[in-house]
Amino acid sequence: MTLRQHTSQEFEMELESVRQRIFDMGRHVDQVLESAGKALLEHDSELGNRIIAGDQETDSMELEIDHLCLQILARRQPVAGDLRLLTSALKLVVDLERIGDLGVSIAGRVVELGSEPPLTPYENLMRMLTTAREMLTEALGALQSQDVASANRVIDKDEVVDAYYTQIFNDVLSRMRESPDNIFGATRVQAISKYIERIGDHVTNVAERVIFILTGEDIRHSARMRRSDFS
Amino acid sequence: MESSSSSSTSDEAPTPASSGVSLHPAASITAKKAASVLTPKVQIRSLSFFYGKYKALHDVDMDIHDRQITAFIGPSGCGKSTLLRTLNRIYELYPGQRATGKIMLGGRNLLERADDVNLLRAKVGMVFQKATPFPMSVQDNISFGVHLYERLSRPDMEARVQWALEKAALWNEVKDKLRQDGTALSGGQQQRLCIARAVAVKPDVLLLDEPASALDPISTQKIEQLITELKKDYTIVIVTHNMQQAARVSDYTAFMYLGRLVEFGDTNKLFTKPAQQQTEEYITGRFG
Amino acid sequence: MSLYARRRAVNWIGLSLSILATVFGLFWLFWLLWTLFGNGLRWIAPRLFLESTPPPGANGGLANTIVGSLILTIAGVGMGAPAGILAGTYLAEFGRTSRLGAIVRFVNDILLSAPSIIIGVFVYGLIVLRTGHFSGWAGAVALALIVLPVVVRTTENMMRLVPDGLREAAAALGAPSWKVTIVIVYRSALPGIATGVLLGMARVSGETAPLLFTALNNQFWSTDMSRPFPNLPAVIFQFAMSPYEDWQHLAWAGALLITVTILVINIAARMLLKRTRS
Repeated sequence: MTLRQHTSQEFEMELESVRQRIFDMGRHVDQVLESAGKALLEHDSELGNRIIAGDQETDSMELEIDHLCLQILARRQPVAGDLRLLTSALKLVVDLERIGDLGVSIAGRVVELGSEPPLTPYENLMRMLTTAREMLTEALGALQSQDVASANRVIDKDEVVDAYYTQIFNDVLSRMRESPDNIFGATRVQAISKYIERIGDHVTNVAERVIFILTGEDIRHSARMRRSDFS
Repeated sequence: MESSSSSSTSDEAPTPASSGVSLHPAASITAKKAASVLTPKVQIRSLSFFYGKYKALHDVDMDIHDRQITAFIGPSGCGKSTLLRTLNRIYELYPGQRATGKIMLGGRNLLERADDVNLLRAKVGMVFQKATPFPMSVQDNISFGVHLYERLSRPDMEARVQWALEKAALWNEVKDKLRQDGTALSGGQQQRLCIARAVAVKPDVLLLDEPASALDPISTQKIEQLITELKKDYTIVIVTHNMQQAARVSDYTAFMYLGRLVEFGDTNKLFTKPAQQQTEEYITGRFG
Repeated sequence: MSLYARRRAVNWIGLSLSILATVFGLFWLFWLLWTLFGNGLRWIAPRLFLESTPPPGANGGLANTIVGSLILTIAGVGMGAPAGILAGTYLAEFGRTSRLGAIVRFVNDILLSAPSIIIGVFVYGLIVLRTGHFSGWAGAVALALIVLPVVVRTTENMMRLVPDGLREAAAALGAPSWKVTIVIVYRSALPGIATGVLLGMARVSGETAPLLFTALNNQFWSTDMSRPFPNLPAVIFQFAMSPYEDWQHLAWAGALLITVTILVINIAARMLLKRTRS
C-alpha cells in the first residue's frame, strides 16, 4: 500500500535516509563482488589486494545505519510499518556486511591463486557469482518497489546457487583425484564456491527481512509452508 | 464456564488465523490471551449517536472484554469521547443528544429508557479529564457515592474509604489528611482521588476519559500504573489522544475516524501490523 | 509623532480621564458621608436606641422604628429570599435553555429594574385596599418583591459558576439530580448565594417609597404587623421635612444609621464573595 507522507517532514526524511543508505550499502557490496569476480577471471592479484584494503568502507556503512536506526527509535517511538523497517534494517545490514566480508575473502583466495592458470575456466564459478549478485539486486529492488513476489523469487533462486555449489564440489573432487598438483588450486576454488554459497544464504535472509518489512509476516526458519499462504 | 461457541463473535474479535505477526506458537502470548478471554463484558451493536440533527457515531459494533483495558484512539472529533459517554448515558444530562442501537451489559440493553439511569451509573463509573473533587473533605468525597446506594456502618464506611484510597495508590499520601478539603490536593492527587471515588462504589466497568492529559509526566506514569493494576478487578475503557499511552496501557485498541470504527484489535497486533491502511497512517503520524 | 509615542499619549489621556472620573464619583460619596457624619454623629446617643419617636418638642429616640425596620427587613427577606433561591435554582439547573426559563429570566429582569414606588402602589392595591388599612405585612410583602429579583439573579449566576464537570462527576456516580443540586451545587455556591441575599437585604434597608404605601408608619412602639408599622425611612421622610428642630436632628441620626448599615452589609457581602473566589 502506498501511504501518505509523515506529518513530520524530518521523520519522513530520516526514514528515507535509512532506506537510501541500505540501497547504497547494497550497491557498494555488489561492487565488491563485481571486482572480486573480475579479479578471479583475470587472475588479477593486484585488484584482489585493493579489494582487501577497501573493506573498511563496508563496515563504516554498517555502523552508520545502526547508529541512525538507534537514534530514530529513541526519538520517534515508531510503530507498525516504520518500526518493522527500522528493526529489520538493523538485521539486514549485518547480512550485507557479511556479504562484503565474503567478497573480501574471495579476493584473498584470488591473491593466493596468483597467476596460476585455472584448472578449468571458471565458468560455473562465475555463473554462481552472477546469480548471487542478481539475487542481491532483486532483493533490494523488491524493497524499493515494494514487490513481495519479487522477494519471494529471490528466495527460490537460492536453490540455483546451491545446485552450482554441489556441481563445483564434485568437479573439484575429481580434479584432486587426477593429480596431487591440482590440490592447491582445487581447494582454493572450493573455498570460493563455499563463500558464494554463503553469500546466497545471506541474500536469502535479506529477502526474508524485506518480506517482513512489506507484509509483517515473519517467515524465517519455516519458510516453505507459510510462504505459500500469501505470495 | 462458558464454551467458546456461546460467546458472540464480532467481526473485530481477534482470532489467530487472521493475526498479523505470526509468531512461533510456543511463544505466542496472543494465542493464550485470545483463548482465555472470549467473554465480552459489554457488547455494542449498531450504535449511532446524534447531537440534534448531526450524526456523530455511525453504526458502531464492538465488544469490550471483561477485565481487559480497551483504548479508543483517533484524531480530534472522531467520536471516541462521544462513544465513551454513551456507555453510562451521561449524555442524557444535556438536551438534544440521543443514541440509537444496543449496548448490552449483563444481558440487558442499557439504552432502554425503562432502566433507571442512576443505577446504571453506579455500575458503570466514570473519571473525567479534569479532576473534579467535590468541595468537601477527602473522606466525604469518597463516601458520597457509596452513601447513595449502600447503608454502611461508620467503621465499615471508613474501611471502604481506606480500601478505595489504597486501590488508587493514594492512601499513604492522604491518610493523615482525610478531613482536609479535596481541593487542597495536588493535580495528580486530585485525579487519583477521583479514581478512588469511582472505585469505591465497586462498579463493573470503569470509563476513563483522557484521565492523564492534564497531568505532568510523572503523575501520568503513576496513573498508568494504577490503571494496569485496576485491570485485575475492573473492565476498563480509556479514551486517550496519546497513542503511546494507548500502546503502553491497553490490551485492545479501537481506532475511530469521523464517527466510525475503523479498526479494532489486539493492541500488540494493531501497533505492529495494523489491518487498515488508515490505521497505519494515523498511528505512524501521517495524518490527524 | 511616532506610533509608539502616540500610543503612550493616548494611554496617558485615557488613564487620566479614568482617574478624574473616579475622583469625581468618590468626591460626591465622601461629601455625602461627610455631611451625614457631620450632621448626624452628634445626635447618636443611647437614648436613640431606647426611646420611641416623640411628639415635636419632646425628647425621644428612634427605638421603635429601628426595631420596626429590622422586623420588616427580616420578614421581607424571609419571604423573598427562599422564593428567589428556588427560582434561581430552577433557572440555573433545569431552565437553561427552556422556553419557561427564558420567560422567567425576562420577567425577573423587568421586576429588578421596576421603580420601587410602583411596587409600593401594587401592594397597596393588592393588600392595603383589600384589608382596609396599612399594615406591617403589606410592607414586608413589598420588600419581599424587591428582594426577590436580586436573589434570583445572583443565585442563578452563582450556581452557573459551578463548573458542569462537578455535576457530571456526581451524576456519574449515580446521584439523582436533586442530590447533585443540593449536595454538590449548593455547597459550592453557598457563599455566593448568601452574598446575593445580603445584597438584597442591603437594597431594601433604605427603601422608602414602597413602605409609604404599605406600612405607612407608627409613632409608638408596636410589633403588631397587622397594623401600620414603625419604620426608619418613613420617619426620616416625615421628620426631615418638618419645621421642628429635634425632629430634624433625629432625622439626621436616622439617615446616618441607615447609611452605615448599608455600608456594613455591602462590605460584608464583598468579603464573603472574595472568600468564594479564592
